[in-house]
Amino acid sequence: MSEASHHHVPAVHDDHHHGPASGLTRWLFTTNHKDIGTLYLWFSFAMLLIGGTLALIIRAELFQPGLQFIEPEFFNQMTTNHGLIMVFGAIMPAFVGLANWLLPMMLGAPDMALPRMNNLSFWILPFAFSMMISTLFMEGGGPNFGWTFYAPLSTTYAPPSVTFFIFAVHMMGASSIMGSINIIATILNMRAPGMTLMRMPLFVWTWLITAYLLLAVMPVLAGVVTMMLFDIHFGTSFFNAAGGGDPVMFQHIFWFFGHPEVYIMILPAFGVVSQIIPTFSRKPLFGYDSMVYATSSIAFLSFIVWAHHMFTVGMPLAGQLFFMYATMLIAVPTGVKVFNWISTMWRGSMTFETPMLFSIAFVVLFTIGGFSGLMLAIAPADYQYHDTYFVVAHFHYVLVPGALFSIIAAVYYWLPKWCGRMYDERLGKIHFWLSFIGVNITFFPQHFSGLAGMPRRIPDYALQFADFNMISSIGAFVFGFSQLLFGYVLIKAIVSGRKATSRVWEGAHGLEWTLPSPAPYHSFTHPPKVVEAEAHS
Amino acid sequence: MSDPSKDTSVYYVPENGWHPIWVAVGVFLLVSGIGSWLNDLQAGVEPSRLILIIGGLILIATLWFWFARVIEENSAGLVNGQLKRSYVWGMSWFIFSEVMFFLAFFGALFYTRVLAVQWLGGEGEKAITGDYLWPDFVPSWPVVQNPDPLVFNNPGESMQAPAITEIGAWSAYLPLWNTIILLTSSFTVHFAHTAIKNRDRTKLNLWLAGTVVLGVVFLILQVEEYVHAYNELGLTLDSGIYGSTFFLLTGFHGFHVCLGTFILAVQLGRALKGHFEPHDCFGFEAASWYWHFVDVVWVCLFVFVYVV
Ligand SMILES: [Cu+2]
Repeated sequence: MSEASHHHVPAVHDDHHHGPASGLTRWLFTTNHKDIGTLYLWFSFAMLLIGGTLALIIRAELFQPGLQFIEPEFFNQMTTNHGLIMVFGAIMPAFVGLANWLLPMMLGAPDMALPRMNNLSFWILPFAFSMMISTLFMEGGGPNFGWTFYAPLSTTYAPPSVTFFIFAVHMMGASSIMGSINIIATILNMRAPGMTLMRMPLFVWTWLITAYLLLAVMPVLAGVVTMMLFDIHFGTSFFNAAGGGDPVMFQHIFWFFGHPEVYIMILPAFGVVSQIIPTFSRKPLFGYDSMVYATSSIAFLSFIVWAHHMFTVGMPLAGQLFFMYATMLIAVPTGVKVFNWISTMWRGSMTFETPMLFSIAFVVLFTIGGFSGLMLAIAPADYQYHDTYFVVAHFHYVLVPGALFSIIAAVYYWLPKWCGRMYDERLGKIHFWLSFIGVNITFFPQHFSGLAGMPRRIPDYALQFADFNMISSIGAFVFGFSQLLFGYVLIKAIVSGRKATSRVWEGAHGLEWTLPSPAPYHSFTHPPKVVEAEAHS
Repeated sequence: MSDPSKDTSVYYVPENGWHPIWVAVGVFLLVSGIGSWLNDLQAGVEPSRLILIIGGLILIATLWFWFARVIEENSAGLVNGQLKRSYVWGMSWFIFSEVMFFLAFFGALFYTRVLAVQWLGGEGEKAITGDYLWPDFVPSWPVVQNPDPLVFNNPGESMQAPAITEIGAWSAYLPLWNTIILLTSSFTVHFAHTAIKNRDRTKLNLWLAGTVVLGVVFLILQVEEYVHAYNELGLTLDSGIYGSTFFLLTGFHGFHVCLGTFILAVQLGRALKGHFEPHDCFGFEAASWYWHFVDVVWVCLFVFVYVV
């Protein structure tokens, strides 16, 4: 330890390093990873409720055939904004919030590497989403072209509010890029002595890889919306064949972003369950190294499979074959992961607290989503499934009981560390079973209606789909309202939960559990020495 | 340990600050302003630029104060070696994300040039597209005859480089001069860096000033080229896919040169005030990496947009 550095420690620490500032400025001006993590998580919860409300509007309209509540034009705005809000507002910020809370604690660091930029990456988001949601109230209505905003629907035929949609996407992109830079700098530069790369908890590993995916594809998304902006306002012809462009090119560029984006939403989820399952199985994670390599291979493959979303647009045969086989290849590293999770549980002394229940449901239901993904990867079969409810069922299985369940599991698992209090286990379990049953009632029937040919993004449908849709809508309302219970459980825990110990869970390993609960405002002001056994679970 | 840059025991976590959220406010107002301005233009309404200007001013002022603050903290010795490494990671990966942004536009260039235009001309695997839509369209690159000239005016001429043998034409070819200018400026900024390492302040100021001048000259020539394209060649943003890719690629590059020149000018101001030590010049280094990146993008542009 150098004398020099210790000299200025008091100077740095005295004025501001003891605890949070008081009042509103604590949240507006904060540079603290825990405050920013909290902001991200509550923001994401608010977006979950808004995006969920739009989903329930959709399901209410689809409860019966015919048009009951809303006009088709408004229905289109609902599907579009539901997707956008859930992807960019609920799932992604929730994972960034978890990263903020957990990375410094897991790595033995005092805070994130670039705290002020951290504040900026969060505070751009409320502005971006106010802008996006405000488009719903603009003349001509909000974006109505689906969350994938294919040209020319989103250019030639778009409502004027598309301009604001484009800028909102730009702002979200800037937020994600700054967030990823911060996460990469934190992981590569802020590890405590002894925390070698191959000792890092898997949540850290998966986020490191996710941050690279974000850095690589968010700028491409910015590029494609910029092309849209110029096509709309400056007369360029990127997506207009009359000028030598190609609307299909939009899809190529969009999905070059879009496919890695689905891994951006699932890799941190892999990380979360890889932390939770060992804890409640009371065994170390099976195949740690192979988990790291599998995650890396998935990330690499995610860049060369994008056109599996476009089998029906008319691609050269060689292209279809390449994208089909490359896509199916992803099943290999994903299979390795599922195998490892199950092997971790094998002969463990398992208990089934709420986070574990959500994690086990994740493994089972995500795997179902993975299998339907394999079916969709088969180009000739995809001609049949394309744009049907089968696709809706598939990606909701990977995103809701996949990504969202892992986020909920993470919140239950680490909440005692964050606020120093336990949640109500009984209510947590009720929340789990309601969510589990609700999600399956909602999305499982959609496989059948999709295979039978029901198209997605249409407010009305033929009579033969009526039963499945009614079941699906009932499930959606059960699932939706049980998330209010989640909010209640959280607030109850924060306000009046039983005090938590620092280890919280008997089988938990990792640096975060060596800190008291609640964790101190600045996690590790002096880095701990990390030994193998305590590095990760 | 006597070298504070190796000391990892203390990390400077800046206190709460007003800068970041005001950047968010500035960005929000700026893009809202641009959005409503564009929509007003399209709707034929008299546009108001007030919000745009307010947002822009807030953004610029806040960034100014923010960077000034960081520089102050650095001179106060609060920034240790570990934080500097975080800055290095941050800047490097920011440049990587910029590379990916340009890649989207290069991707569009390659896709349209190699695939879409050929298909529209009735060639290749999707030739049927062209046969149905515009059977008379003849594919070529640069596309000076658009598939449907009624929708997208044909550009009169392209910016394509002259044939390799026409020495005379090359000497009047602005993009070639711009290439020479930017390549030279990469060397001058490197010499400025060497001057910092050698603690030679005169040379630092001269080489850095030279780099800024070269950046400005590049921009002037680029504007000159655009004027030429618009007024004499009839090559515009809305003259089909060649104009679209040409102006967006060179335009975004030009915007980055603008930014890079400004950043270098700020570093020049700091150099004149006596900032930068051999082991403490991250601001300068970041600016120079950015400049090299802009330079590399230009070389790719010169090859793929102008010459090939
Ligand atoms: Cu995909």
